[in-house]
Amino acid sequence: MTVTLFIPCFVDALFPRAGISMVQILERLGHQVVCPEEIACCGQPPFNSGYWDESRAIAVNVLARLKDAEAVVIGSGSCGAMVKKFYPELFANTPQAEVAKQISDRTWEFSDFLVSKLGVTDLGAHFPAKVTFHDGCHGLRELGVKKPPRALLARVRDLQLVEMAEAETCCGFGGTFAAKFPMISTAMGDVKCASAIETGADYIVSNDSSCLMHLQGLLSRQGKPIKTIHLAEVLAQQ
Amino acid sequence: MTTFATQFTEQAKRMTRDLRHRQIIRTALHNYEIVRDQRKAAFQDWPTARQAAAETKWEAINHLDQHLVAFADKLAARGTKVHWASTGAQARDIILGIVRDKQARSIVKSKAMTAEEIHLNEALEHAGFDVVESDLGEFIVQLRREPPYHIVFPAMHLTRGEISELFQRELASAPTDNPEELTMIARRVLRKKYITADIGITGANFGIAETGMISITENEGNARLTAALPKTMITLLGIEKILPRIEDLAMFLPMLAVAGTGQSLTCYNTLYGGPRQPAETDGPEEFHVVLLDNHRTELLADAEQRDALHCIRCGACLNVCPIFRNVGGHTYNTTYSGPIGSVITPHLRGLQDWKHLSAASSLCGACTEACPVKIDLHHHLLQNRRNAAAGKPAFFERLAYRIFGIVANDPTFWSLAKKLVWLTQPLQKLVQGSALDPARAWTQTRDLVPVARESFKDWWRNRP
Repeated sequence: MTVTLFIPCFVDALFPRAGISMVQILERLGHQVVCPEEIACCGQPPFNSGYWDESRAIAVNVLARLKDAEAVVIGSGSCGAMVKKFYPELFANTPQAEVAKQISDRTWEFSDFLVSKLGVTDLGAHFPAKVTFHDGCHGLRELGVKKPPRALLARVRDLQLVEMAEAETCCGFGGTFAAKFPMISTAMGDVKCASAIETGADYIVSNDSSCLMHLQGLLSRQGKPIKTIHLAEVLAQQ
Repeated sequence: MTTFATQFTEQAKRMTRDLRHRQIIRTALHNYEIVRDQRKAAFQDWPTARQAAAETKWEAINHLDQHLVAFADKLAARGTKVHWASTGAQARDIILGIVRDKQARSIVKSKAMTAEEIHLNEALEHAGFDVVESDLGEFIVQLRREPPYHIVFPAMHLTRGEISELFQRELASAPTDNPEELTMIARRVLRKKYITADIGITGANFGIAETGMISITENEGNARLTAALPKTMITLLGIEKILPRIEDLAMFLPMLAVAGTGQSLTCYNTLYGGPRQPAETDGPEEFHVVLLDNHRTELLADAEQRDALHCIRCGACLNVCPIFRNVGGHTYNTTYSGPIGSVITPHLRGLQDWKHLSAASSLCGACTEACPVKIDLHHHLLQNRRNAAAGKPAFFERLAYRIFGIVANDPTFWSLAKKLVWLTQPLQKLVQGSALDPARAWTQTRDLVPVARESFKDWWRNRP
């Protein structure tokens, strides 16, 4: 299958390892990967701030580049939710309504694509560490992706998964919310970090780098030893 | 920023630093979560129950015109005086008129968020009437001269020690942190009030259109006494409280109890059908029902957010909301706090003045997941943001998104932007946290993840 991998803007700039790992995993599984150069962002920041015209200006470009894709895989639950769930709403009653709907049907969050579409859980990965998993809210509640990351982690050699009490609690990032209400965002992040640390895990793993960017920022500022890593990077370790 | 937004931000700043407060709320809600989950598990199929409840409320709200008329007619047929109030001021005037007409000396009141919404107590007190809250939590916050902290748990922010101190100061009681003793202190005061009160004011959890009855849910028996002892009973309810049929209570009473307090059912569930009938030996001589619109019909006209009128005021969305849990109920400065408050307050009190509440959300969706009547809460926050930006765009924010869009849509610009940030990020380090730091909102509490020297796209382009 030809997989069109949409690497979101912040993954491209800040977390290239996560994107590279996704390419490696998909190619090892025998798929042809294409990454459209012309798209960087899904348009979520203006969308979530209420600037839907500005969001559409970005999203029409995404639609144009993805419209012929066989399958679109997005390396973030949040951007995945934007394309799969919110594009049909953003483009409702516009000339692009139909194509937005079609692309939505062919779009997958990375871990969901592996498990639900390809039916793969064992990637032959080896990652000797104790980890806890953070459910990004968009992946969890907009896309309903709860089991796939855990099914994948369960097959990683020498990896121990310990669930934290606040696994489904928001990390406090919320896009521009983190900058508009930094005090609330930080308080929420502190709750999340404390819950993750309580498990005694070495790593917080997530399928969303945006949450990890927030958690890593807090942990590193507070000098906490627990590290963060994207699910794809764990799965790519042989 | 408007005054309300500034107030919210300042208060949120203060409250998020108050670790003791955050711990009190966390502990209280942790206990709630445990019992709520046990009771939910007792349902054969909670998701189906939610769907059924949502459909019943949908039917009620989408045929509100018919249900309200049926409700009012049935009530009137048994001698209840039904009043229609378009605004809070009208509702206050109607109630003040009744109270004056009865030459009331004292008024006892059970819990009613609708009364908070129209500032009824202030109006009554201002007109010279003595009004006492009979719900224990409401009684406590009334003594503290503050509004309820939470729709269902008005005094959840207070410890037993604080309540004891309050009672010692206001009621000259002996110190105790035993909950039963504290309750007995309040009870001794309240019992006297019930006996002397001329008027009892209540809210309503549901209004049953089919039978013309008011349904009240409670745990202390205070609403029953409020309704039964005074000669005149006044019930104030929002028009959205309607349920079509009496059998709908079979679903809604347990649902409200489970979502609201984690009980299978609350201790007392009572239906009020009118004043004392000729053959009856108890009940009020006069019964008034005040139906309040106060911008609810405007929400009804909004097809996108009409389901916000499904709300049964259980408070489940507040309980799971990480924003509410960290800033607390009073920070919202609204009658209805938490996610439902952030959704409806802009409709009730003006979008531009209250849009900050819709912005103050990570859109995590825990509220929508918890809502027993499936209100699409967090998506309504998004719609409020869209409507607010369309009505009054923030010039620089919109400009920033336009520029960002141009950069993101052009691979050359995007590459340059990454390189530029990569080159300048050592400079940002020098001013980090200071007023010169462009990322100050982030870097005051968090480190920045640096832009990689080789981005994903660089790697993709350069790979063999």
